[in-house]
Formats: sequence, structure tokens, C-alpha cells
Amino acid sequence: MTAQPLERLGLVHTMLAVPAMHCAGCMGKVERGLAALPGVTEARVNLSARMVAVTHADTLGPQDLVRTLAGIGFEAQTRRAELTRPASAVKPLLAPLAVAGFAAMNVMLLSVSVWSGAEGSTRDLFHWLSALIGVPAIAFAGRPFFSSALGALRKRRTNMDVPISLGVIIATGLSLYETAMHGEHAWFDGALMLLTFLLAGRVLDAMMRDRARSGVDALISQAPQGATIMEADGTLAWRQAEALLPGMVMRVAVGERLGADGEIVRGASRFDQSLLTGETTPVPVQVGERVLAGTLNLDAPVDVSVSHVGRDTTLAEIARLMEASEQTRSRYVRIADRAARLYAPAVHTLAALSVIGWLLAGASLYHALVVGVAVLIITCPCALGLAVPVAQVVASGALMRAGIMVKDGSALERIALVDCALLDKTGTLTMGRPLPDPTVLAALEPDTASVALALGSHSSHPLSRALASALAAAGHRASPIELVEERAGEGVFARWHGLEVALRRPESAGGTAASLQIEGRPTWLIPFADRLRPDCATALGELRQLGIEISIVSGDNAAAVAEAARATGLTAQANASPEEKQALIARLQGAGQTVLMVGDGLNDGPALAAANASMAPGSASDVGLQAADFVFTQDSLRAVPRAVRTARKTRRVVRQNFALAIGYNFLAVPLAMAGVVTPLIAALAMSLSSLIVIANSLRLAR
Amino acid sequence: MTGLALLIPVALGLGLLGLASFFWALRDGQFDDPDGAANRILIDEDD
Repeated sequence: MTAQPLERLGLVHTMLAVPAMHCAGCMGKVERGLAALPGVTEARVNLSARMVAVTHADTLGPQDLVRTLAGIGFEAQTRRAELTRPASAVKPLLAPLAVAGFAAMNVMLLSVSVWSGAEGSTRDLFHWLSALIGVPAIAFAGRPFFSSALGALRKRRTNMDVPISLGVIIATGLSLYETAMHGEHAWFDGALMLLTFLLAGRVLDAMMRDRARSGVDALISQAPQGATIMEADGTLAWRQAEALLPGMVMRVAVGERLGADGEIVRGASRFDQSLLTGETTPVPVQVGERVLAGTLNLDAPVDVSVSHVGRDTTLAEIARLMEASEQTRSRYVRIADRAARLYAPAVHTLAALSVIGWLLAGASLYHALVVGVAVLIITCPCALGLAVPVAQVVASGALMRAGIMVKDGSALERIALVDCALLDKTGTLTMGRPLPDPTVLAALEPDTASVALALGSHSSHPLSRALASALAAAGHRASPIELVEERAGEGVFARWHGLEVALRRPESAGGTAASLQIEGRPTWLIPFADRLRPDCATALGELRQLGIEISIVSGDNAAAVAEAARATGLTAQANASPEEKQALIARLQGAGQTVLMVGDGLNDGPALAAANASMAPGSASDVGLQAADFVFTQDSLRAVPRAVRTARKTRRVVRQNFALAIGYNFLAVPLAMAGVVTPLIAALAMSLSSLIVIANSLRLAR
Repeated sequence: MTGLALLIPVALGLGLLGLASFFWALRDGQFDDPDGAANRILIDEDD
């Protein structure tokens, strides 16, 4: 399907991200709900990517689709078509895996006949057939390893792929020679089986990364960043963030995030800067004061004259800090590569020693070389190649089921080492959004609560939305209200059975609260506060039990941080800027500690990138989600100790796997050096050690 | 030996057929949404 015939029919494609889809029921609801909309010809869900592709008449806008989905209870965001499907890490590996698997099975079949006693011309025929299947298959399926090994050698380093590639290439070369010389042993089956096992390990590793990435991609909002610009002639027009220029005047509606830094020229409002600074109390601003890109307008529409755009904004400054601080992580060497640094030279020395030993003992050059190759093949790190990825995939699958997404395997290795955790306050220790006081909500009469829910659902103000979702979660239903009117900076007003009702700003605005008025009834004042996450104390206790020191580092003011510190019994640093958070981490790392950063905001971005390992809640800012190694989607903070525990268990299992794989080598290498290993023994040993390693890793699924 | 002359090409042909159909499935986009494919069979069409 190309775009042209579609356009001729007046049809367009729209991609929507729907992060909340997770089961067959959701898929059915979304597809049926969209298909029921007039003008929609097709809606198809991709559950792995949490996306839905809709083909619809161009009379329908993306906003209509989003609204329809909201009506059936799914939050959705539009995606630009070209960004929808980033290259998957699994797909390029599937074809090599299929070829290697096919060839290994067929060659193994031929090898079994040779092992069971085929001789003479039959054996030659079988060897030639094996070569015919094996050589092209090895050339095709081995490419991922050969290119990685070449890359490492060019940089004068060695990794796991170097001994693998050497083993495979030498085994193939020797087998070809043997086949041509009517020899007894060919090793095509061993080389192909090795490739199959290793590719399976790679595919598992890639699957883990793909799964986590699509989960995180769905959370990240790619809604167009920009602003409504007031032109010189008074008309309003939407401009993309890149098209903003200093001196333009933006009109910022309530509930909108600023697209650029600027100065207020008309109106007054309060801005939520928590994403940028961690400060929870909204900051009142008036004409002439500075406001920053990324902050949220809470009270009234204002006009802002743009002062800095693009790379000059505070936001971009934070992004630069982050780029500069990714070094800790790139310096980390993964366990498998560290093992390879010791393993590869040891194996190659052993092989060389056997060749020299046999030559000194008077064997022919050919025989000595065969023994050397046998050593290389038998030590080829089949089990070693699986030792790390299988354990990490099983562990990350278990974490995924518990609502924790792992970005990649090295994250699991790094978080296992942490001995010190820094927690951001706003949005991490706390929920990061104002929540209505539950005791007041419980005290509301049912019909009052229904009116409040109806009023709240008519506004996009954060307080209204929080109230509506809290009441809906408590099982209330919205009652029908009429003549709904939202007055900016005041509240929502309506009529209910002829009575005047309103959800509005309290007259004496002390703290954050909303007042609910129903004509003829007493007025309710509903206080809002940012609350600690559920299980906060348990989670912190578990972290301490794991031997991790915890403290709070927050950009919020001292009073708010002190309150959280009192409630949790932690030491805390308040008023920390992004640079200071980053500097604190560098200090701790300088003192020999391994730091875990848990944070959500833009202001945590540099710290998340600088820490040895990092975690962010699913509600975090896009920057936080991208910088963090782990993203936990549930409200409970117990995800943090859980991730650390699983990572440490994984590290134990990986070490056991290495011990098993090396133990096997201790048994097999002397046999190979003595020259008694046949292809049959090699195939058996290889499969057996791989199976043991896989079985050991599967214990992590529990 | 005559048996082999028949059986080996048959075995290889069947194997290649499997490989070819896998490549067809890969190109056809059947591995684009493994989770969705697993769940789609559970969708109840009636309600």
C-alpha cells in the first residue's frame, strides 16, 4: 500500500501510541472503538509497540481519534509516521539464526551417519554435502560475529567474538582440507551448532532491549513541541518549537507547557516548575518576570515574549550537561568482555602450546595442527556466550512482569554493584502530582461527589483532573450537569438540577486547594498535596537491608524537603540545581562509592546520566525516561529494592554459569590436548554445557 | 546407496522449504508484532 492510491481515495494513515494497552481485551476494545467511528476504514493494533495504525478519511483529524480513544478509556498520542517503527535489534539476527539452525540440523543428520560408521566413498559424499551446506551457511550466519571481531581487532582490543570467529573459521578451513583429503573427521556440525547457540543468545539479548525500548517509547510523548504565536496583526498561529524566534509573543493557555524561555508581557499566573527544578509549590509570576521552557501554566492565560529558543534555553542547557556526563557508563566494561580479556589469550596460548608440544613429541605438522584446532573448537565459548545473555533475559522478563523495564543487560550488571542511592523527592519519593486529601473525599456525600466528578472532568486543569480521577477510582459516577463554563483562573461553573454548582479556586488561596460549591449546601474545601508513594517506608527499609545508603537530593525548597526527610528518616539536600546533583554524584564516585540515582524530572537528567545506574518512574519526564536504565511503571517505590535484588541474583547466576563453563573446559581441554577429541565428543560436550547453563539461568524466572 | 540418492535430496528439499517459508514470513511482517499475534486469538468478536 503506497500513499498515492490512499490519497486519491481521500484516506490518510495515522499512527497513535496507546501506552495502556496490554491484553487481548484492550486490543479488541481499541480496534472496535476506532472502527465504529464513521470515516475509519481500518484500525490495527501493534501490541508489541503499543501502537495503533488507523486508515481513515482525511475529514477526520488525529484529535478526533484521540478523543474517541479517551472516550473508551485509553490515553493516546499521535506519532509522526516516520518515527513509528525504529529499527528492531532482533530482526537482522533472525535470518542468520534461521540459516544457522537449518544448516546445523541437516549437517548434524549427515554427521550422525558418519559417526555411526559410514566409510569410504559414502563418508566422502556426506562430508562434501556437509561442506556444501555448511560453508555458505557459516559465511552468512557468522557475519554478526566476524564484523564485531574485526571491529574490535581494528581498535586493538579483543572481545568474545574474536575467539568465536577464530574457532569457527579455523574449524571450517580444517574441515574443508579434511574433506578434500578424504579424511576421517570434519567439524562442520560443531561450527554450525556453535553459531546457532550463540545467535540464539544474541537474539534473546536483542529481544530484551527491543521490549524495553518499545515500552519506554510508548511512554515518551512526541507530541509536537511548540507554541501559539500572536502575529503582528493580532492573528494566532501554531508554530513548531524550531520555528520560534526571540521577540515573538506566545499565548500560553492554562495547562500548556512553555515552548521557549521568555518574559511575561501580559497577564499573571502561577507556573509549575517541578519538572525543571523539583520545586512543588507553584511559582507566581507577573508582567516582566522570567519563565522557563518546559514549565506548566496553571492559572490564567498569559502572553510571553520569547527571549531564548532552541539550544539557548535552560532545557537545552540541561541536555548538554547530560551529554557530558555519560562517560561513567561508557567506561563500564561488561562482564562478558571482561571475561573475554582473560579467556581469549589463555585459550590461544593453550592451543599454541599443544601444537608446539606435539611437534616436539615428534608428531607431523598436520597432526599437531589438528590437535591445536581441536583445542580451539572445544574451548570455543559456547556456554560462555550464553552464560550472560540467558541469565539477563530471564531476569529482565521476571522484572518486566513486575512492572520494571530494563533498558539493557549492562544496566543489570551495573545496578547489582550499587552501595549508595540518591533519591529525588518530587515525583520519585512522592507521586509528583497534587492529590486530593483522601479523608475529605471519603466524607463527601455520594451526590456531591458525583457533581464534583462531573465538574472536574470538564476541565484540563491539573487539580480538576486529579480530583476527577481520584473520584472515578473510588467508584463514583459523573452526574449530568448543564451549561458548563470554564473561566480561566477561576474554575468550572455549571448547573445541576437547576442549582448553581462550581469547582473553583478558594477565595483565600493558602496552599493548594479547590473549593466545591453547590447552591444551598455548605461549601467543601478540598486540600491538595503531593503525597509520598505507597510502601515508601517498606521500600527504604528493604534498600537498607541490601546494604545501600540512602539520601534525598532535591531541587525543592528546604521546608518541603525537610518534611519529606522527617517522614522517611533520611538525610536530605535541598535546593540542589542539576549541576549540584551531578557534582554530588561525582564526589561520591570519587570517594569510591557506586551510585544509584532514582529521579524523574528534567532537573534529574544529568544526575541520572552521571550515576553508575539509574531508575525513573513511568511518570517521569521524557528526559528522565531516556536517561534512566530502569523504568518502573507501578506506583510503589518497592520496585527499586526489587530491581537491585534481582540484579544481584542475576550476577550470582552469571558467575555460576561462568564457573560451569570453565569447569567444563577443565575437563575437555586436557582431552583435546591429548588428541583424543573427535567431532562427536565435541558436539556432545558443547550441547551439554549449553543446556546446563540455560537450565541454571532459568532459575531466575521464579 | 540408491535409497540415499533419493532420501538425501528429499530431506534437504524439505528443509529448504521450511527455510524459505520462514524467510517469506519474515518479509511478510509476521514477526513485527509477536505480542499482538499471541493475544489476537483471544479477542472475543461477539461483544
